[in-house]
Amino acid sequence: MSATIINLPDQSTARIPKVNFLTKENGLLSWLLTGDHKRIATLYLISITFFFFIGGALAGLIRLELLTPQADLMATDTYNKVFTMHGVIMIFLFLVPSVPATLGNFFIPMMIGAKDLALPKINLLSWYLYVVGGILVIYTMVSGGVDTGWTFTTPLSTHYINTNVMSTGLAVFIAGFSSIFTGLNFIVTIHKMRCPGMTWFRMPLFCWSHYAASILMVLGTPVLAIAVVLLALERTVGIGIFDPTKGGDPLLFQHLFWFYSHPAVYIMILPGMGVVSEVISTFSRKRVFGYTAVAFSSVAIAVFGFFVWAHHMFIMGISNYAVLVFSLLTMLVAVPSAIKIFNWTFTLYKGSITFETPMLYAFGFMGLFTIGGMTGVFLGTSGTDIHLTETYFIVAHFHFVMVGGMLMAFLSGIHFWWPKWTGRMYPEKISQLAAVVTFIGFNFTFFPQFILGTLGMPRRYASYPPEFQVLNVFSTAGSTILGVGYLLPVLYLTWSLKYGEIAGDNPWQATGLEWQTQSPPLTENFLVTPIMDHEAYDYDWLEHQKESEVTSVG
Amino acid sequence: MSHISPTLWEFLVKWMTNFALFPPEASKIAPQMDALYFFMVLISLIGLTIVILLVTSFSILYSKERHPVAVQIEGSTLLEATWTIIPLGLFLLMFVWGSLLYFRIYTPPANAMNIYVVGKQWMWKAEHPGGQHEINSLHVPTGRAVQLTLISQDVFHSFSIPAFRVKREAIPGRYTTVWFEPTVPGTYHLFCTQYCGTNHSAMIGDVVVLTPEDYKKWLDESTSGASLAQNGERLFASLSCNACHNTRPDARGPSLANVYGSKLALSSGGTVIADDAYLRESILNPSQHVTQGYAPIMPTYQGQVSEEGVFALVEFIKNLNSDYRIQQTTNTVDLLPEGELKAAPAVGGAGLQGPAGQKPATPGMVKQ
Repeated sequence: MSATIINLPDQSTARIPKVNFLTKENGLLSWLLTGDHKRIATLYLISITFFFFIGGALAGLIRLELLTPQADLMATDTYNKVFTMHGVIMIFLFLVPSVPATLGNFFIPMMIGAKDLALPKINLLSWYLYVVGGILVIYTMVSGGVDTGWTFTTPLSTHYINTNVMSTGLAVFIAGFSSIFTGLNFIVTIHKMRCPGMTWFRMPLFCWSHYAASILMVLGTPVLAIAVVLLALERTVGIGIFDPTKGGDPLLFQHLFWFYSHPAVYIMILPGMGVVSEVISTFSRKRVFGYTAVAFSSVAIAVFGFFVWAHHMFIMGISNYAVLVFSLLTMLVAVPSAIKIFNWTFTLYKGSITFETPMLYAFGFMGLFTIGGMTGVFLGTSGTDIHLTETYFIVAHFHFVMVGGMLMAFLSGIHFWWPKWTGRMYPEKISQLAAVVTFIGFNFTFFPQFILGTLGMPRRYASYPPEFQVLNVFSTAGSTILGVGYLLPVLYLTWSLKYGEIAGDNPWQATGLEWQTQSPPLTENFLVTPIMDHEAYDYDWLEHQKESEVTSVG
Repeated sequence: MSHISPTLWEFLVKWMTNFALFPPEASKIAPQMDALYFFMVLISLIGLTIVILLVTSFSILYSKERHPVAVQIEGSTLLEATWTIIPLGLFLLMFVWGSLLYFRIYTPPANAMNIYVVGKQWMWKAEHPGGQHEINSLHVPTGRAVQLTLISQDVFHSFSIPAFRVKREAIPGRYTTVWFEPTVPGTYHLFCTQYCGTNHSAMIGDVVVLTPEDYKKWLDESTSGASLAQNGERLFASLSCNACHNTRPDARGPSLANVYGSKLALSSGGTVIADDAYLRESILNPSQHVTQGYAPIMPTYQGQVSEEGVFALVEFIKNLNSDYRIQQTTNTVDLLPEGELKAAPAVGGAGLQGPAGQKPATPGMVKQ
């Protein structure tokens, strides 16, 4: 144990460096043909924000429709299309790429002291695939939408629905490859591009969680592609693999689909956990409690995450003994998440804590993810799953994990690395307000849904029995607050691009290598290849670094 | 209250009268599930409180003003072990408790009365053994174990009765079962909880729980004149099943008396228990299920019998305990003039699909 005092540097003399990755080259082509991971991350950030607000607008429509028990705002068919598009956009075009393709893309090479990702062209290709997927989804929307639900359940999607299933399937298929390429790139980069001295156990936990998520992307997403191709073949030529009248098995599709889509929730949440590790450590000025436990719990989640998919099918007539096995494995995958929560909590112990915006979002993450995780145990327990599955309880559960957990982590990360990314600070007070508003709005929106689910209100209902109205009104009211919470950052972050204070190299006094270079970074990231001669989160090293800097300059 | 707008006032009153936080408990399993549910709520609250308390107190105690110097701590194996083992133990406890409940909900007792339910876009159709039909409602008595045999005619549906805490998917091409024992008379929600297309949210109904006396009254008032097994018998005759399954010494098909629940040796080698699902399969997909000693000549009835028709046939075969009954059906056919058989209408709401008058059972049509 040793003591550390960190004083924030004087920012008044800081200037935006003339040469950085944003100013190095100009013109649209220099962006569209770039191989720079930081520029690609910027392209991704703009595109996923665009799709987030489309998905968010659809969510607003859903909540408005559910304000009253009758289907009066829109026809049931329209409602079905709206929630389908909301799911498809939010999952495939926002949550899956959110942290990895933006923050991961930008900071993994910098954290391990590399110039770029190992495969820059593949990285650019990945963004183009994402854009093609996105355009196909928009095409689907404007040409009439699709109403299968984002789960594409057969035989509904193959034999009974005549909306744009094919274009949506193609979009998912293509966006899937974008995700595979991102994951592949991270795995190769982390294996081959670490700077001298950067051993596996000196990497920031952000890299560990991305490594775990990348394994899931590379091994899981191809199964989704297979499922979608089989779906397309079933729909067009009727190969019969999912059709019981031809000897096929309609449940097989769900097995294939969830074999990807359950690990996918870990693809979504693991990078967020990486963000939280960085943020909590930085603002407590203390190394992450139990570094190895946190690192290995990410890997454990990735490994166990592959063997729990059938817990989505407990009521679907799979054998009781299969239910036993999958329920048990689901319990096991819950443990590493609990380990992480407690490790983050104890990182605070004897720290020196400040409460800047990223930290507030990270606290929000911890609270909401704990609720989301615990309610996951309700659903992983086979006996209670029977009553709670397919109701609003499950809607509330996955929104607590995905929105309360992942989106909070994403916003935490965006606020944390924004000064590094753009070289400028955002207004602190208003961003803290946004974090609090988001937290309150979130709880108002989604907590009532737990009660609705317990009462038995089924999900994907355009109309519902009148006694459920009270809680639905609460939920809709909360969603307007939540909407404000999400709009605020867009406004003040955009504002800060021009008017924000100059941030300087390391405004938070964080230890990661990405902070030991200029903001915004050079295209090459570092002037000289860094040499990692200390552990991750070594605040003593940072202190000495500053001293030696002063002596060498003086 | 004149300063509150009438609409808002009406709304508030409605809130107060209709506001529910917990569903009614109306089956034997409901209190058992709620016990586990509340145990899990309790554990979650304790866990959440611990996390919130720790985060808040650390935030206060070790804020930068109070604690300007961070103390670097590597970690603690003891603490890691604590927060690995305690959650694991609790999760395993929930797993065991939940699994016991799961097996109880999906293992019907032997003496349960059986009701057949067909789900289709967008309605539930129930077939009672006494021949009563219902759409989007289900009448059941208190104090008796009721088993539902579910199947879907088109896409996945899910039969959910929140007040009973049970739910089961209705799957195309496969029987699933669930059971419950209603305890409190009343009318409860019936929902389809698996998204099934346009009118998914209209695929709802009422589960009416009656006292045994009222239930008997309801049965008598709602009878359709013939029991489900009798409908099955008529269908058996009109589909000419008895042309082969006729109990004669030279019959081309095995006798079906007492076949239900028995162990059958198949020509493919294995043995199988003839349950509902097996009976359905061997009607719709007979070439895969040939009893030992018989030729695979039975044609498929896929697309010619509706799911309700199959239910009627299954119910008929289930209740067949003597060859005499089958011989009776043979006589029925002999007595019927040729034309009348061909024009056989949909029998008791079950009936044939496809153009009437197509005689399905021609031995030359055997698939494979």
